[in-house]
Amino acid sequence: MTRFAQTLGLPLVLFLLLAAAPLWADTFTLSLLARAMIFALAAISLDLILGGAGLVSFGHAALMGIGAYGVGILMAEGVSEALIAFPVAMAAAGLFALATGALSLKTRGVYFIMITLAFGQMAFFVAQSLSAYGGDDGLSLAARSLVAGERWLRGPLAFHYTVLGLLAAGALLCGALLAAPFGRVLRAAKDNERRVRALGLDPYPYRLVAYGIAGALAGLSGALFANLTEFVSPAFLSWHRSGELIVMVVAGGMAAAALKAGGLGRPGSALLGALLVVLLEEALSDLTEHWRIVFGPLLVLLVLAGGKRARGGRT
Amino acid sequence: MTAPLLQVRGLCKAYGALIVTDAVDLDVAHGEIHALIGPNGAGKTTFIALVAGEVAPDRGRILLGGADVTRHAVHRRAQAGLARSFQVTSVLPAFSAVENVALAVQAAARRSFRLLPAPGSDRVRRAHAVELLAQVGLAAKADVPAGVLSHGEKRALELAMALAGKPRLLLLDEPMAGAGPEEGRAMVELISAARAQCGILLVEHDMEAVFKLADRVSVLVAGRLLASGPPDAVRADPAVQAAYLGEAAT
Repeated sequence: MTRFAQTLGLPLVLFLLLAAAPLWADTFTLSLLARAMIFALAAISLDLILGGAGLVSFGHAALMGIGAYGVGILMAEGVSEALIAFPVAMAAAGLFALATGALSLKTRGVYFIMITLAFGQMAFFVAQSLSAYGGDDGLSLAARSLVAGERWLRGPLAFHYTVLGLLAAGALLCGALLAAPFGRVLRAAKDNERRVRALGLDPYPYRLVAYGIAGALAGLSGALFANLTEFVSPAFLSWHRSGELIVMVVAGGMAAAALKAGGLGRPGSALLGALLVVLLEEALSDLTEHWRIVFGPLLVLLVLAGGKRARGGRT
Repeated sequence: MTAPLLQVRGLCKAYGALIVTDAVDLDVAHGEIHALIGPNGAGKTTFIALVAGEVAPDRGRILLGGADVTRHAVHRRAQAGLARSFQVTSVLPAFSAVENVALAVQAAARRSFRLLPAPGSDRVRRAHAVELLAQVGLAAKADVPAGVLSHGEKRALELAMALAGKPRLLLLDEPMAGAGPEEGRAMVELISAARAQCGILLVEHDMEAVFKLADRVSVLVAGRLLASGPPDAVRADPAVQAAYLGEAAT
């Protein structure tokens, strides 16, 4: 029962709540929830490498931004079909992750953080210099993507359930990866790399594949984000946003650990973190423009409450 | 005439001016326990690290089953049948005992690059892992996180992980260190039983255990092999007594 609560209880509750949201939510709330779910997909993909493999990537927003620009640029060139643009966005972000990961994953710790940050900034400045696609000002989409030629994503309900479905698929995929023999190697190498090598396993290819998959999922999240806002800009790739994603993953892991319902390296916890951060930000910024004064201490409390438990293991 | 399992030839390693391994030749045959003893700082742990592949030698060759592995990375030597325990126990603290062994089992089965769970084969590997835990007397601790096991239990767990890969050569770096008398006796029995499956290179300070277990003893002093041979001959060697055993054996 506790095992069930730790692995499936939290995501199940959250997904049920999200699935039922259109029953009571107005259009504004639905669009806020869509934003939260889109960030949750990016946070879950980051959690695969941060929580699962113990690699703190500071360039995750770049992957999300590449996905968003994939949709934006294709649309500017006349390709509005999501069934083409979304896979292209995922492939572009996934390949960028594989190429930069191949180098970054040769390093550890602070060096890994710095090199992922550097690659992220490179992508940011490339986006800024795309003068044909808005440059610094960004690029407005003519409309949301078409699905099989239909203007389906325009309806708030259809958009809500599309995002929810893709989020669920991403969460299931990451959960399965982490539970599989593959994920066991990732988690073990985070725990004790020397022992893993002595057992005949080189962590590098495992980490690289996980990084590539995380990149593709972040690209999908970016493609959805471009559709939500009908706009893409270099700010999507900024390191601030990478930091926000890390905060979502860590806050979610800590909150879930404090509730004994998960921790780092669990998709349900990253989902919780993204919902918490996006919704809190909205609620607090309604109260005061200095909402970070409240948000900061809340984050500190979360980390203190969950930190101890989060270090515990899974069976 | 088959070649010995492990052949080390003219192995040298220096850190700056400090020579830690000085032209060492050493063999381990299948089914043999070869003990490497020597005073603190003699270079025993460096020698183990050289054989395991964590440290690259300056000169010399290491052959495993006749194949040159001198330039192979740690994980490739492990795949070629080399398993080890560490001087400071090295387990996965956040994993349960059985998950520790299950990782070793999946590594040995070359089934690690499976992206999706397969409950059937996972159950089989888990059952195998429980069996291995039982062999080292840890069946009751299967679901305990390895980080909270006692020191002796971690030692036993390391041995179970090492044996999971059905290794050809086992490197044991002070398996007796820090063990109580009871745990020490159990460890001697476990190592003795493991001899049937593989060759063992044993670094150990506990002389009682060394002379009980070893088929051959080599003495390392300041990176250089001082003597090598059957336990009784080495014990009787005056040079060895002067350098090392004198104080320790009495």
